[in-house]
Amino acid sequence: MIAIITIPIDTFKQWNNPGSWISYPKTSVPAWVNYFTTEKIPEHLIMDKPIAITKDDIISLASHQFGIQYHYDDFPSDFIYEFNVEYSGSQLLQISVIRPDQSQILLLSISLPHSDTKVVHHERIFSTDNSINKNIQIHFSEMDFYNKNTASEDLIFADSNGKVLKGDYIFLVNIYGIDKKVSIIDSKLILGGKAYGMMGTSELRRDLAVGLLWGTPLALFIGIAVAIGSVIAGLIYGVYSGFKGKKTDEVMMRFNDVIYALPALPFLIILAVTISNSIFLLVGFLMIFGWVGIAKVSRSMALQIKTRQYVEASQMMGQKNSKIVFKHIIPQLLPYAFASIAISVPAAITTEAGISFLGLGDPTFPTWGQILHDANTYGAAARGLWWWIAPPGIMIAITGLAFVFIGNALDAIVNPKLKK
Amino acid sequence: MDIILKQGIVYQVRAEITENPAIAESFATVEEFDKFVQEQIDQRIETLGLDNPWYSPQRIGFTMYKILILDFGNATFLTSDSGSSNVGDILLEKIPRTVLLFTTATIIISIIGIFLGALAGSKVGSVIDRITSMFAVVSSSFPVWWIGMLMIFLFAFVYHIFPARATPSILPTEPGYIIALLYHMALPLITIVMIGFGAWAYLVRNFMVGTLQEDFITAKKAIGIDKKKIIYKHALKNAAPPIVTILALSLSGSLGGAIITEAVFDWPGMGRLYFEAISVMDLPIIIGATYVLTVLFLISILVADLLYGYFDPRVKTD
Repeated sequence: MIAIITIPIDTFKQWNNPGSWISYPKTSVPAWVNYFTTEKIPEHLIMDKPIAITKDDIISLASHQFGIQYHYDDFPSDFIYEFNVEYSGSQLLQISVIRPDQSQILLLSISLPHSDTKVVHHERIFSTDNSINKNIQIHFSEMDFYNKNTASEDLIFADSNGKVLKGDYIFLVNIYGIDKKVSIIDSKLILGGKAYGMMGTSELRRDLAVGLLWGTPLALFIGIAVAIGSVIAGLIYGVYSGFKGKKTDEVMMRFNDVIYALPALPFLIILAVTISNSIFLLVGFLMIFGWVGIAKVSRSMALQIKTRQYVEASQMMGQKNSKIVFKHIIPQLLPYAFASIAISVPAAITTEAGISFLGLGDPTFPTWGQILHDANTYGAAARGLWWWIAPPGIMIAITGLAFVFIGNALDAIVNPKLKK
Repeated sequence: MDIILKQGIVYQVRAEITENPAIAESFATVEEFDKFVQEQIDQRIETLGLDNPWYSPQRIGFTMYKILILDFGNATFLTSDSGSSNVGDILLEKIPRTVLLFTTATIIISIIGIFLGALAGSKVGSVIDRITSMFAVVSSSFPVWWIGMLMIFLFAFVYHIFPARATPSILPTEPGYIIALLYHMALPLITIVMIGFGAWAYLVRNFMVGTLQEDFITAKKAIGIDKKKIIYKHALKNAAPPIVTILALSLSGSLGGAIITEAVFDWPGMGRLYFEAISVMDLPIIIGATYVLTVLFLISILVADLLYGYFDPRVKTD
């Protein structure tokens, strides 16, 4: 519920679109981990509100400045500069950085593609860019720790000993043009950290908080839909069978036994493999295996109620069978039905999670099982990515526990015998 | 099923021809070659009896007879570790592994569960009783495989106590094999036992509470028999019939392994076999495994029924 209200539906549609996750960091720990560790892990910073300066002279200049207070104990994993400019003619783009020790390093100097008319140009510049690498290596080649393979972001943020140089950094982005106006529509500097958000991110740069929150309504939908569907089906089936008695009862109960004897999980896997792995069909399949137990219990309850005098009286009055079943017997069983709805929710959620975990779930929906499946395929356990494994399972358990407690409470009200 | 088998045959014939280019070269025209391929396919379909519809008495009778003598034929894709594709061989290879892990786990779970349940049941409302009930509810709402993932993460990668993969890296012929196997088995075993015994203890506790309220227990207490003796000898024996039924069911159920748990721990048992067979639609294996498990299930129910008579002589009929 909270998920639907708080997160725009857009994020959910974007779940399977890798493009929308590109500005997020790869496998980063949740940001709050920093509160518990002495070594501060660099947070993922997305800066999109630079200080803008424009000058119109013979040489026009549009400049954006990004100031960063870098006080972490580790290097950032990368940085990306993403921008949209509107210009005509030839323009020169220069990126430089001013470090806390007041040295200025020119990172990049390139010309934007020439155009005679006004165009909007969009580009992403990555820290792995070759010319950035070259420029930095020229600047740092005297340093002791200098190594040709050191990544450029490690050099920019390093002091003379190869440790992290803490302090204020300013990234300058200047675009020069002659006589021609240039305007930067928007620009963003992404300093790829190793910590992000409430829940961290996955290997595919997905924000796990979004996945976990969206998993909640999905799990609730699966659990409640399966529980309600199977309880209603089982209730009507069982009551009708018990009420009719004799041969109908015998045939219906044997059919019930057949379904009861089927091993559920292998069958669900067969169905998911052969028919479809759509989440709605899965709900239907889970219902097929869910109603049997409830049918058995409600049949035996119907057998008792059937012999009560008011049922016999209405039978003698010539009421239709369907009316007796729905008006006189089923209302008596409703409290039991509510309790069993609550109790059968967790089983449905865990089964769905299990099937998703095997990779047979619906890949278009970010369910908890799906997240765990991704975690397993990317070897999250082996790489120590605990924030990818633990939260989905905890969510499954919390949801399950909540319904078990609701069910037990209802059960205690429905069956006063259990109270002692 | 027929369609899948027929497609399998077509695939087989094509593969044989592509492997052996001499066959294709020996034909002058394309039509002749196509005819030869079709003939090969038809011939194989006929030898397997697939030209009759599946409901023909001949085929059903033959299949039934074969299943009765435990001959499940050959698997379409999967093979055992020694390379045999006979379903019987594959099952014989996988079942001992599953017994080793899951049946052992079930036995440990039931022993812990019975004693803890008896203890909790004898002291209703005590701390032990409450902890047991609480633990049963909490542990049953966690998926076993997720706990497995966490255990692998904690004990295999953070603390390096147990190996992550459940298959030993040394050959069965080497001397240290059994120790290595037990060592590799420890992590999945601990996980299954940890999640399983809570529910068992809770069940046993409920049966015990019922039995302990009966008159003969009160009478024995009045005589002054030792309390421990009452609980473990008299009350437990009277609560035994339902417990034995559940034990028999869960023992035979354990033979099927657990598909997801085996996937997490990479344990090559029945559950994994099932999953692999289903994902490539290897029908002979699915049928064979289901059949064997069903037979074992029926046998264990029979044994449970016979034990019933021993624990509760009232159900015996002379």
